[in-house]
Amino acid sequence: MVDKTVLARQFIEAIPHARALNLTLTHIGEGEAEITLPYNEDLIGDPRTGVIHGGAISTILDTCCGAAVMSHPSAPGGTATIDLRIDYMRAAKPGQTITASATCYHITRNVAFVRATAVDNDKDLPVATAAGSFTVEGK
Amino acid sequence: MARPRPEPVQVVKQRRDAALRALVDGVPYIRFLNIGFDRRGDELTGVLHFDDKLIGNPFLPAIHGGVTAAFLEVTAVITLSWEHMFPSIESGEIDAEAIVTDKSIRFPKTIDFTVDYLRSGLPRDAYARAFISRSGRRYASVRVEAWQDNHAKLFAQASGHFLMPQPPRDKG
Repeated sequence: MVDKTVLARQFIEAIPHARALNLTLTHIGEGEAEITLPYNEDLIGDPRTGVIHGGAISTILDTCCGAAVMSHPSAPGGTATIDLRIDYMRAAKPGQTITASATCYHITRNVAFVRATAVDNDKDLPVATAAGSFTVEGK
Repeated sequence: MARPRPEPVQVVKQRRDAALRALVDGVPYIRFLNIGFDRRGDELTGVLHFDDKLIGNPFLPAIHGGVTAAFLEVTAVITLSWEHMFPSIESGEIDAEAIVTDKSIRFPKTIDFTVDYLRSGLPRDAYARAFISRSGRRYASVRVEAWQDNHAKLFAQASGHFLMPQPPRDKG
């Protein structure tokens, strides 16, 4: 089990696009994961306000969901996104780090079901939530 | 009454291309992903120029699912903004400079976005086109398709809802 957690962390941190966004895995294990995305001016979606683009939020949520699936005790290996829905509740505050937390709440031999939330410094009101299904792949 | 003489083609092209460029190049995240838009009349095609930093699975390799989602969402928002602003761009009410600087010009905001991943994104350029299913005064519903080598074989599709920019409210 420890092995797999290490493996998942190495896998996430080796993803070129995760490096391009400076994503950091802050927690992983037992079907749960937490990833942070530091504020970066390259990711601005609205130049008038400095608010981060929804696409960057999608990326951190997708990565976090995938990590949660891989860390699940019943997941044999890799995973890929089948479907991901994102609801944008509010704009993230410019300058603040985004933190995504994902839970793989059910897994079968073929499909993993995941929910995730993204917050900035105000942890009580999410910036976005996600719900998705992922493939379960053998080693 | 005689029909007014049509504008010279280069005037029309210059106006439309300048407006589109302002709309796209003004957004840092679109530059970061290196997404461009091809225009034929009012029809837009998003182009995601491949780069190694877009990889999400280095073993396959494949484009990151988040990048695919972002590419589809950018295509949806730009297409929706373009169609929304097109009449004002054509009438001369909005000029290209204003799109970048005028704070009263607002963009649609994503309410929700759902992506279907049909195939893995190959390490090469990708294309996307958005179709506005409905655009009302407050909400719009948009469908987007993305493909790579073969237009008939989509690698992703998405649908989303957007909050349209509201005209300033009358006081009193």
